[in-house]
Amino acid sequence: MSLWVDHYRPRSLDELHYHKHLSSRLRSLAASGDFPHMLFYGPPGAGKKTRISCTLKELFGPGVDKLKVDQRVFLTQSKRKIEVNIVQSNFHLEITPSEAGNYDRTVIQELLKEIAQTQQVDLSAKQRFKVVVINEADSLSRDAQAALRRTMEKYMTNMRIILCANSTSRLIAPIKSRCLLIRVAAPDPDEMRGVLGYVAKSVGFDLPPDPADKIIEDSNGNMRKAILVLEALKMQSPDLTGNITIAKPDWETYCHKVADLIVQEQTPARVMEVRTKFYELLSHCIPPTVILKTVAERVVERVDESLKADIMHWAAFYEVRMRLGNKKIFHLEAWVVKVMSLYKQFFYGIDLTDFD
Amino acid sequence: MSFFQVPSGKPAQKHAVDPALQPWVEKYRPKTIDDVSSQEHTMAVLRKTLTSTNLPHMLFYGPPGTGKTSTILALSRQLFGPDNFRNRVLELNASDERGIKVVREKIKNFARQTPRAQAVGSDGKTYPCPPYKIIILDEADSMTQDAQGALRRIMETYARITRFCLVCNYVTRIIEPLASRCSKFRFTPLDTSSAGSRLSMIATAEHVQIDPLVLDALIGTSGGDLRRAITYLQSASRLAASTNPPTPITPSDIQEIAGVVPDAVIASLAKTLGIDVATAMDVDDKPTSGSNFEKIQKAVKHLIREGYSASQTLSQLHDLVVLHPTLTARQKSRCALVFAEADKALCDGADEELWILEVALRIHKAIS
Ligand SMILES: Nc1ncnc2c1ncn2[C@@H]1O[C@H](COP(=O)(O)OP(=O)(O)OP(=O)(O)O)[C@@H](O)[C@H]1O
Ligand SMILES: [Mg+2]
Repeated sequence: MSLWVDHYRPRSLDELHYHKHLSSRLRSLAASGDFPHMLFYGPPGAGKKTRISCTLKELFGPGVDKLKVDQRVFLTQSKRKIEVNIVQSNFHLEITPSEAGNYDRTVIQELLKEIAQTQQVDLSAKQRFKVVVINEADSLSRDAQAALRRTMEKYMTNMRIILCANSTSRLIAPIKSRCLLIRVAAPDPDEMRGVLGYVAKSVGFDLPPDPADKIIEDSNGNMRKAILVLEALKMQSPDLTGNITIAKPDWETYCHKVADLIVQEQTPARVMEVRTKFYELLSHCIPPTVILKTVAERVVERVDESLKADIMHWAAFYEVRMRLGNKKIFHLEAWVVKVMSLYKQFFYGIDLTDFD
Repeated sequence: MSFFQVPSGKPAQKHAVDPALQPWVEKYRPKTIDDVSSQEHTMAVLRKTLTSTNLPHMLFYGPPGTGKTSTILALSRQLFGPDNFRNRVLELNASDERGIKVVREKIKNFARQTPRAQAVGSDGKTYPCPPYKIIILDEADSMTQDAQGALRRIMETYARITRFCLVCNYVTRIIEPLASRCSKFRFTPLDTSSAGSRLSMIATAEHVQIDPLVLDALIGTSGGDLRRAITYLQSASRLAASTNPPTPITPSDIQEIAGVVPDAVIASLAKTLGIDVATAMDVDDKPTSGSNFEKIQKAVKHLIREGYSASQTLSQLHDLVVLHPTLTARQKSRCALVFAEADKALCDGADEELWILEVALRIHKAIS
């Protein structure tokens, strides 16, 4: 038995619950043979992937559901072997180049060329091109993006590309110029209520309004998360009544603890303590940006209004540095020290400007 | 379907493509340099080379979708005709393996056979067919410095029988010694009138009705990038044609396709930041509780949920602030500073939410 998120995932454009307008636009694009390259962007859990797979279905018919997963090995120039998982049907193929890390360019080059140079052989195919879906496109390296540019134009007869990303700012202008940009907004609370209600009904129960509101509040527009939580809650208390609480993920609770530590005491010893906690989080593969944002948001909840803007300012400041730099922990720590010094200045009027 | 015959032995040739199934950007790629809109100066110079049979090394640079690749392809085709195109023109781009060793080998092999002119093509037309070969290095700005350095020598070695055309977006990424060997041609974002006439031409050819307002919207949202304008036009026309009965394209269709943030959204954000916005706009006036910080944080979170692109949001907010009738010069300057910082941060891959919030808070501070 698969999870509800997967089991009740819409399979065609007609089944999609919200953004009807967008669905009809995708349908009209798929209906004409001159389908463009596309870039789907929007916050996590807004339904980008579902929409892409529905669009593929519209383009090629049920054949796209017959998926197989391959592991391909690519050889880099320095003769290193890179393993990448490829999900494919007869009509399309899906990759997550970030799996290849710094070698994403090699993977993109090899793979696209190979596809571009083979022709669709399936006689019953509705389109003469194959579609390549590139997940997490915003983490493609500049090199890999450059490698896409002319390929996207040159092999357009045999291949279309669908990029899927959270944000567009990390994509270079020539790539954006070659794609039709499709924004997938997170569903609003009413739309989420509709989907949750539908899932509940399909499973065979009624979802009372109260837990629904709680789930929606907690999920922050992330539909995937909302359905996962719904399933978990239903397991916990089958009648969904009484005082239900949605458990926060461990890492989030942990981040909140870190924030509390910072607000409680501002000493070098405390910095050390916080650092160990950061290491702990990092070693569990929580992305450093997520750590910084979660901690910062919790800290600003608990400090005086006049400090809030500054704390977020330094969070933004150190977050970019963290991206450009190598040692994530340095920048996280620098931010903590900065916040502590701001806090002390505020509370005791100590002038720590020398410290800057 | 007829175009899907079993490949008998060898795969179907490229030009067997049904033009109706080609995206318009490819379908309407200029065939000759006279088809290229705007860029008059460049075209004037290139037109001369068609008659003089002499060509310098060239460097084309400019923003995306302004006709660089199209121009060099069209020029080569006009020089050599369809028959000789293959053995006279070598196109290398970032998508090919471009370690300098590979480039050197390819160019060496390609430049080895001395060209022999055969001016009359199989289509009966006469082509100048000058006695050299053209090597196009598209997207040259993604070549490494070392590779560019090595290219210098290669250019000299084969100078007698090859002409290089480097194409790139960022001319500063081309090393000086290489750039100085080329005549530079700058491609500018297309001006309103030439973009307009090209788009009208395509619309007419595709039997799509577009009124002047739609044309303005296309030009305005694409910022001089003709490729984007054409893509927008095509998908808008697909959308318009798919309804029953077909509806005409509206400017707001174009704005939506182009990912423009609705004015009301920007205005409501500006209002949260304490900027006076013209009341003519339909701004959501619900009084929200909480401190200023919380209100701003909430507004930013809302923007992120809607998925609007950060750079688009910031550029629209920027326009609103900079053109604002009552903000003082000092206030505007403070805002301009943070817009610049945010742009750089986003280019470095910073988190969008943190930076929109940063911009919002700093504007709020500058204004109050
Ligand atoms: N000046 C122009 N005149 C006519 N059509 C143009 C012009 N510029 C761009 N186009 C249209 O846009 C498409 C892309 O243009 P082209 O490939 O030449 O852009 P480019 O300058 O090479 O961009 P990039 O820097 O992204 O490679 C063309 O197929 C054509 O349809
Ligand atoms: Mg180009």
